[in-house]
Amino acid sequence: MRYLPHSAHERADMLGTIGAANVEALFSAVPNSALKSFTLDLPAHSPEFLVEAHMRALANKNHAAGNGPFFVGAGAYRHHIPATVDHLIQRSEWLTAYTPYQPEISQGTLQMLFEFQTQVAKITGMDVANASLYDGSTGTAEAVLMARRITRKNRVLLSGGLHPHYRDVVKAYLKDDPDLVCLSPSPEGQGDILEQIDGNTAAIVIQTPDFYGHLRNLKAAADAAHAFGALLIVVVTEVVSLGLLEAPGALGADIVVCEGQSIGNALNFGGPYLGLMACKKEYIRQMPGRLCGETVDADGNRGFVLTLSTREQHIRREKATSNICTNSGLCALAFSIHMALLGEAGFVRLARLNHANAIKLADALASVTGVSVLNKTFFNEMTIRTGKPADQVVEALARKGILAGVPASRLLPNDPDVENLIILAATELTTESDIAALTAALSEVLA
Amino acid sequence: MSMNTQGRPTGVGTASTGASGSALLPDEPLLFEIGDTEHSGVDLPDVEITNGRLGGFERKTKLDLAGLTEPEAMRHYVRLSRLNHSIDSGMYPLGSCTMKHNPRLNEKTARLPGFSDIHPLQPVSTVQGALELMNELSHWLMTLTNTAAVALSPKAGAHGELLGMMAIKAAQDAKGESHRNVVLVPESAHGTNPATAAFLGYTVKPVPAKADGTVDVEAVKTAIAPDVAAIMLTNPNTCGLFEPQVIEIAKAIHDAGAYFYCDGANFNAIMGVVRPGDLGIDAMHINLHKTFSTPHGGGGPGAGPVVLSEALAPFAPVPFVRKGAQGLELVEHVENQALGRVTAFHGQMGMYVRALTYMLSHGADGLAQAAEDAVLNANYVKARLQHLFSVPFPDYPTMHEALFNDSFLKDTGVTTLDFAKALIDEGFHPMTMYFPLVVHGAMLIEPTESESKQTLDRFCDVMAELATEAKSGNAARFTGAPMKAPRRRLDETRAARQPILKWERAAEMPKAAE
Repeated sequence: MRYLPHSAHERADMLGTIGAANVEALFSAVPNSALKSFTLDLPAHSPEFLVEAHMRALANKNHAAGNGPFFVGAGAYRHHIPATVDHLIQRSEWLTAYTPYQPEISQGTLQMLFEFQTQVAKITGMDVANASLYDGSTGTAEAVLMARRITRKNRVLLSGGLHPHYRDVVKAYLKDDPDLVCLSPSPEGQGDILEQIDGNTAAIVIQTPDFYGHLRNLKAAADAAHAFGALLIVVVTEVVSLGLLEAPGALGADIVVCEGQSIGNALNFGGPYLGLMACKKEYIRQMPGRLCGETVDADGNRGFVLTLSTREQHIRREKATSNICTNSGLCALAFSIHMALLGEAGFVRLARLNHANAIKLADALASVTGVSVLNKTFFNEMTIRTGKPADQVVEALARKGILAGVPASRLLPNDPDVENLIILAATELTTESDIAALTAALSEVLA
Repeated sequence: MSMNTQGRPTGVGTASTGASGSALLPDEPLLFEIGDTEHSGVDLPDVEITNGRLGGFERKTKLDLAGLTEPEAMRHYVRLSRLNHSIDSGMYPLGSCTMKHNPRLNEKTARLPGFSDIHPLQPVSTVQGALELMNELSHWLMTLTNTAAVALSPKAGAHGELLGMMAIKAAQDAKGESHRNVVLVPESAHGTNPATAAFLGYTVKPVPAKADGTVDVEAVKTAIAPDVAAIMLTNPNTCGLFEPQVIEIAKAIHDAGAYFYCDGANFNAIMGVVRPGDLGIDAMHINLHKTFSTPHGGGGPGAGPVVLSEALAPFAPVPFVRKGAQGLELVEHVENQALGRVTAFHGQMGMYVRALTYMLSHGADGLAQAAEDAVLNANYVKARLQHLFSVPFPDYPTMHEALFNDSFLKDTGVTTLDFAKALIDEGFHPMTMYFPLVVHGAMLIEPTESESKQTLDRFCDVMAELATEAKSGNAARFTGAPMKAPRRRLDETRAARQPILKWERAAEMPKAAE
């Protein structure tokens, strides 16, 4: 047991100092019936090389995305992560630090969070951002609750273009609430939400690019929402798109929530990811999660601390804005380092590359017999309709070593209209030969 | 004009003039003060897009986003990192937070492309190893807790709490008992407990603790009424004590038709030694990132799977793994499932890999030994310091953390906060202060199992020396602390009163006469 530092002799010494006959005496508060009253049917400790071999064997049973052509998106995206990012986040002082409760010896984490908040505010075009949330989906649910607190109204409209998992999380957080209106998915891209706003509406939630890849008109949505005193919550699942698309803040968004995974964070089978949340400054005190702020120390030097904690559960308990008591610190660090490496020039180039490859993909797909591309607009993701059930098509392509996208039916199993729809994404990592392999295989499968 | 807090205009680097910088620990300017919009540390081709499909939604405003070249970024983040205390650089006796050794094998396995480079929505047939891993982790968690089901997906402890309480609510709704709208929460609970209950619309009813620091079953019985839905109890509790009447409390709650939510934040004290299922819990979250060692990363990410009793198992959310004809299946939808989903995708896979790696390394025997050593270490610290520090609840052995209060500082002019800051100058991260709230001037110390006797002795020597010095009247050593940290005491009131939450570009400064 290489992680435990005591020898038997030291343990005996320590028990002597405590004045306990044995370690069981330290568990005297545990009812007898419950203390070591069982044998665990689990393996005993194992040397490092055997544990590593076991984990490697499990990993090898998975088809890693880098092993072949890959077009899977729908809320998580495969981008290149510079080697510097992963190297830096593994430095001990980042990796094994805790919540910066003692700011004098946590300035690294705190300054990083301040820089991260600045970066998020800039790319979303908003006044302020927090120090990250669990992910985009839970962030969306928190944004809905936040909008209700701000407006003191209850009705919330979720666009049909919102990622179905995000919709489900909001529904779980607002269980059985009749004031939550979930509009039907709209694969063809028509907006349906604006006519439904009324004076009781707290917020409308619009994703752009939406679940099917269509870009949504945020300016029109903001104007329509504001006319009724409602807030516009904008959800972005592909944060790279903000390198090319107008910032939601410049178009009138009140709260912006993004999944930040695309920058600096690997796919990881769905987690850990990081939620970005930004808002107008008048709403700061209703914002959930951690905030880092600038201040001075006793010598007058600039320093950083966690701040406005009177919103938080450890102070306000049942009156807190949220029960959240953590953030995605290390993922935020990865995001911030990658974003610092990109800078404005790199971020814009990355977004252009994604869009350029997506155009090639869309044009190639449109040329395949039996395939129609539904999108007139898109960033790096699009939806196609084929003549066969999408799950069967995707499975057949997987057998050929091509991970071809997500059947919409996987996320919307009860919707017969989406049975033949596949959502595909291209990123900077998509090559022309990947696209050629996909279209050739797709032609075969659809023939 | 925008000025920074040193009275210098922002946008001017502070490294060369920062008074508190020293040769090997210089002040580090903000990245916006060293980078600019032209610099980039990533080589990407600049493609021409002639037939764009953005539909007129192109960005017209500038981002004003600073970039760094690769060597600049390397230095910036290495220098910043050195301003952090971390478990790899020193002891972190932060009570209620479990900062223990983070094995690098965990990092290595989590980065295997078969785990890190797989997409949550790629075909299930291509991720059988990932499902096997989730299944194996579930088996470990259910076996260690003796429970019927586990929901892996919550993203953190507080998220797990939320899910556990949602399951309780769903179970009660299914029984037609939606009138139950009160949750009992002991006063010693984490702040997340009342926040979670309130989040779900419950009224929080506090339960007082006995003078010995534990919850009295009689007080619970008195608080029980027909409208009580559940109790949220932390065990071992936040005073570091195992609740001796936990089985009776569970029975009283169940007899009243309510459920027992256990906050499992402190499971590391009893893993392999006590199974929470044997105590009568209905739901309990487990902080994988504390109990099973995944890195804390400056406060996250975490992972908070919830184990569920048979009564609550039908209310587990999606997704979950089950055996099917074609191998393992990932169940992502259940018709009329009461709870649905609490996060996109399948939860914190990266944490699952780390936790399972840690479990296999320790084995069932090693986890039990780790719990015993954590308890041994906490009792050792308590034994070594109790003659100088006051122990508020001396009746029971402490579990994995030792609780003192600050009554020894009375009339010294030194506050608990001062005392904690003085520890920084001695090279230790301070203990948790002013928590739990039930103890006035609380000082909560959690050494964990990964600290050696030698380190504990040095820590206890320093604590004793500081206590003696405070009592001897040398308040200046404390009120001026820390003296040797990268920053002196920071003004938190100012940060809250005049929030500065992002860097702003300074307005053009008038040029000084040259």
